[in-house]
Amino acid sequence: MKPINLKEFDFNAPAPGQIADLNSLSEADKHQLLMAGVDVTADAVSGTYMHMDHGAVHCKTRRDGVEIMDIKAAMAKYDGLTEYMWKLVDKDKDEFTRAAHDHLHGGYFIRTEKGAKITEPVQSCLFIKGDMTGQAVHNIIVVEEDSELHILTGCSVAHDSKGAAHMGISEFYVKKNAKLTFTMIHNWAENTVVRPRSAGVVEEGGVFLNNYVLLKPVRDLQMYPTVTLAGKGAVARFNSVMVAPEGSYLDTGSRILLNAPDTKGEMIARTITTGGHIIARGHIAGNSVPARGHLECKGLILGGGIIHAIPELEATVDGVELSHEAAVGKIAQEEIEYLMARGLDEEEATSTIVRGFLNVDIMGLPAKLQQVIDQTISECEKDMF
Amino acid sequence: MLIIENLHVTIGEREVLKGINLEIKENETFILFGPNGSGKTTLLMTLMGFGNYTITKGRILFRGHDITHAPIYERAKLGIGMSFQRPPTIHGLKLRHLVSMAAQGKPVDVDAMAKRVNMTDFLERDVNAGFSGGEIKRSELLQLMSQQPHMVLFDEPESGVDLENMKLIGHTVRELLGGECSMGTERSLRMAKCGRHVAGLIITHTGYILEYINADRGQVMYEGKLCCESNPRDILDHITRFGYQECLRCLA
Repeated sequence: MKPINLKEFDFNAPAPGQIADLNSLSEADKHQLLMAGVDVTADAVSGTYMHMDHGAVHCKTRRDGVEIMDIKAAMAKYDGLTEYMWKLVDKDKDEFTRAAHDHLHGGYFIRTEKGAKITEPVQSCLFIKGDMTGQAVHNIIVVEEDSELHILTGCSVAHDSKGAAHMGISEFYVKKNAKLTFTMIHNWAENTVVRPRSAGVVEEGGVFLNNYVLLKPVRDLQMYPTVTLAGKGAVARFNSVMVAPEGSYLDTGSRILLNAPDTKGEMIARTITTGGHIIARGHIAGNSVPARGHLECKGLILGGGIIHAIPELEATVDGVELSHEAAVGKIAQEEIEYLMARGLDEEEATSTIVRGFLNVDIMGLPAKLQQVIDQTISECEKDMF
Repeated sequence: MLIIENLHVTIGEREVLKGINLEIKENETFILFGPNGSGKTTLLMTLMGFGNYTITKGRILFRGHDITHAPIYERAKLGIGMSFQRPPTIHGLKLRHLVSMAAQGKPVDVDAMAKRVNMTDFLERDVNAGFSGGEIKRSELLQLMSQQPHMVLFDEPESGVDLENMKLIGHTVRELLGGECSMGTERSLRMAKCGRHVAGLIITHTGYILEYINADRGQVMYEGKLCCESNPRDILDHITRFGYQECLRCLA
């Protein structure tokens, strides 16, 4: 695999300036964003943040109880956000975190008010329009005590992108008895390199649900978000659905640290390769009792490609309960024949099973987004068999 | 409806069916008895067309079509419907979706049908995921109701089913075999028939299903051959008293 040379990418071009009305984006750009789950015309959202290339272009809050700001504005307003910036992610971790630190272009700061239940999602969009653009963003999400929030983050490049690099730092703070649902949809391209670096901490009674969907090609993506369950009764769940066509290299995974009593961690990853290379990692560490963790990793190889599942369970105290199930292979003939016995031909049966495999119902997404994902799945189906 | 001629079937290297001849006519229900491992399920799986079952000799005719080598879905479209004994779980596929697909474009009222087999609460669940024995049977029947087959293949309707479920399953099988059309509508509750001719081929060990259906004929499968044709109740009675060993005599 070709190594990433960050020098090939431009981190210094001027930021694009504000776009007051996102409807003024080109149809092609809007479509790209839609395929990343972001509907710029949506009314049913609590707010919208959009970042393009090297700067925030749009930031609007539509509901009380939630604050949405460009990270730079938030740093200016809140004394550099020192309480939250680089507290969970080490800025010297690797060249990508350093690049994100040195070139900070923007990103979002989203914070709920104590007790606020924000029912409609906040949508955010990180878009790379320029060719050979390097984008460095830093996102901070704070869900205050007893509040609830759903964030939809769509990341995309322009339709004709010749190359792009995305560095995204995300730090999640889920406070006592708060609940965060974070859904990220990636819509990159064959020549995009992507390095998210994410970490979160969940306090007593908090819940962090993390959903991830990647159905389109990407040259090289590596991420391994870590969530620490720091307070009694905290819960984290990762759900991911990924498809890697030929040319895609994904090194993905997630980690949950069960560091307090009564914590629960769950990971469900479903991967399909149609020629690409997927490393599907997962790590649950039980460092407190009682604590439970379950890791499920399923992979289908449809016409070439590599899936390398690396589930890890680590228990450091007596009485921790951790389990995993991993399965990589082909669609069971028995399932295909069962559906054929109901009158579906082989192709229909296969496609029905693959759709079931990729189904994201469990993520509890808004109906409209569900439709977009279903549509994307049917579009990429033609590459699958 | 169904004609099986000198059917020989192997699984891997082993010959399991060794020359089966059987005709099942329209509106006729045929009961298949036999000890475990005798080849009953193999016969059903072969009729449905599953991959692991290789026909080495003989042929199968269904409604005038030679289906000996037809793919599974063509048999289903011609009207063979099978209730599976141990169907696989299909993650992410809702039972509701499968039931409507099984109708093959015919208009069906999935909710009304589900209500009749007490499966309403399962329509939004993944097919067979965590279903109990009785729930699997009801789910299979629901799919068959939607399919409206001309021939019902049923492997052990009684297995894993409690008495209350047995009654529901028995009545539903009876309706399926009665050729009720559009089983979902109110009208059909009055046993409206639409002139569809339905045949049945049912495997049973216990014979409980015989309490609910009019079974015309039966035979015992023994080591890959059919023998002892008689009234199903007489066969059951005979097996209960003398076991399957007696079949060796009629084979001889």
